[in-house]
Amino acid sequence: MQQTVTAAMPAATARRAAGSLGDKVFAALCTGAGVLVLLTLGGIIITLFLGGLPAFREYGLGFLTSSAWNPVEGREEYGALVAVFGTVVSAVLAIAFAVPVAFGIAFFLTELAPAWLRRPIGTAIELLAAIPSIIYGMWGLFVLVPFVQQNIQIAFGETLAAIPLVGFIFESRSFAGTSLFAAALVLAIMILPFIAATMRDVFEQVPPVYKESAYGLGATRWEVVRGVVLPYTRTSVVGGIMLGLGRALGETMAVTFVIGNANRLPMGIFDPSTTIASVVAMEFPESLAGSLKQSALFALGFLLFVISFIVLATSRWLLRSRLKA
Amino acid sequence: MNRRTLLLGTGAALALPALPALAQQATVTGAGATFPRPVYERWGQQAREAVGIQLNYQSIGSGGGVNQITNRTVDFGATDAPLAEAQLRERNLLQFPTVMGSVVQIVNLPGVADNALRLTPELLADIYLGRITRWNDPRLVEANRDIRLPNLPVSPTYRADASGTTFVFTTYLSRVSSDWQRGPGAGTSVSWPVGNGARGNEGVSNTVRQTPGAIGYTENAYATVNRLVTTQLRNKTGNFVTPNMESFMAAAEQADWNRPGFAADLIDLGGERTWPIVSPTFILLPTNPAADRVEGSRASMRFFDWAFRNGADAARRLEYIPLPNTVHEAVRAAWGQQVKAPSGQALWPIG
Repeated sequence: MQQTVTAAMPAATARRAAGSLGDKVFAALCTGAGVLVLLTLGGIIITLFLGGLPAFREYGLGFLTSSAWNPVEGREEYGALVAVFGTVVSAVLAIAFAVPVAFGIAFFLTELAPAWLRRPIGTAIELLAAIPSIIYGMWGLFVLVPFVQQNIQIAFGETLAAIPLVGFIFESRSFAGTSLFAAALVLAIMILPFIAATMRDVFEQVPPVYKESAYGLGATRWEVVRGVVLPYTRTSVVGGIMLGLGRALGETMAVTFVIGNANRLPMGIFDPSTTIASVVAMEFPESLAGSLKQSALFALGFLLFVISFIVLATSRWLLRSRLKA
Repeated sequence: MNRRTLLLGTGAALALPALPALAQQATVTGAGATFPRPVYERWGQQAREAVGIQLNYQSIGSGGGVNQITNRTVDFGATDAPLAEAQLRERNLLQFPTVMGSVVQIVNLPGVADNALRLTPELLADIYLGRITRWNDPRLVEANRDIRLPNLPVSPTYRADASGTTFVFTTYLSRVSSDWQRGPGAGTSVSWPVGNGARGNEGVSNTVRQTPGAIGYTENAYATVNRLVTTQLRNKTGNFVTPNMESFMAAAEQADWNRPGFAADLIDLGGERTWPIVSPTFILLPTNPAADRVEGSRASMRFFDWAFRNGADAARRLEYIPLPNTVHEAVRAAWGQQVKAPSGQALWPIG
């Protein structure tokens, strides 16, 4: 009896030793993975900032407010205003188009759709998220742009342009169809699945007892969603929208195809414009290493980083009370 | 194996009797201009079969090509916009041309046939300056009495990605219009006063095809392959010319290659039948290749030597204009004089 115990002891110690070594290795690996993310992020920010430093130094704060973008040798002048404006406006318009539709989809899938229809529609939305952005770009250029040009810009533009004060936003000065509006529409379709999927998932997580209580009090479906589901899921809904906004800000390929790539301040939504990501993608291959142009492109990249950071920080701040609870 | 030995044997026996010992598998890496990519790829394919030189060409854009050859990460760089003499000296590069190409205007005007629209340099510049906004503008009608121009808005279209095609086109506009020269100027991308930007030749041609009233510019090779509707253009002599091989050759014949870096200027040349927008494309080769790049430099010269001898047909079939033989000779002489191994020995001629 005693012999067996003594014989078993060393084996158990050895196993424990191996276990603690494994724990240490695993902990180190996990810490390493976490630190790696921080290092990568920091490295990217520093690279972008250092790359953009000559441009920041040359133009100072004027880089942010100048609408010039002239890469011609001898008269080089760079400013970020047009690209920043185009980036923000196209992303915000895309959110404005996508959020109501995404809410409709989520509402339909969680409250209205018969059970057999939920799976196919849910899968279709997830598939929409899996389409590569170059496909959206091509489809946008070949299908959406002519459609927008014929059926929206030319059909409604003139009528809307007659509205006093804000009419100029809808006036047509460019007829090629590639415009801020077309870009926002393509972006809206691209970010729709992210927002819709998030909303559906969080709507489904509302405890049934809350909803049933509300129904028991005689609330309609709309009242239940507005009074119970939305307040309960507000954090995640805003989170999903921010996810979409983040993607819209940085989207490159699809936007480049349909926005018209004009480095001029757009006067209306049917004018061509450009975005930070689009300018960088278009101009980078032809920029000489160490040139002011390349530096201006790095500076634009840095600004995009800052804008994304502001968006995330704002969403956190808006939801601060919610996150603490 | 047998087939390759046979081919190499014939190649060496027929065309390159001087290099029997070196006619073996060699790899050349190049990067740069997108404009000559089709012809370089075709030459690469043929040279692999004929003399066993494997070309790996990455069309990353002229700027990228200059960057990469300056950092010596490739054997040769390719650029559409020639580098100035000082830039070449500073980077220790030799510049030489390979083929010429031309830029044409494409339009989408319902009821107007291919090469029917006549444009003058002033009209073209004013369209891209935003001064002519409708196709029935009196000045356009004046130049086109025999066709009916539709009452459509003019939609100028340009390359949104920085490109050699834009460099050639804007150089032409700066040459013919002082307002353009003072305004947007010439470059691989400029600040366009009006119009919509599209990505690549295919983006420009699609935007033009979809938009009644649109006008754009592309490389001739692209317009021909895709059967786009092109226009006539008035040249320096005052004749309206149609873009075709004949009018391109007329320009090529007048080029003056006797310039630093072979930077011949074929924009807006005189002559009865001359197409005014023609431009060569260039290769950049290090004049001081490092020891481990000597083989690559040598193989690059062998490759282009082979292309100069045997590549004219392939180039013409792809709508590029081959260089005259005198230029080929001058380029070979420059290789011999300027490209030197670290030992100081000239790398050309081989053998």
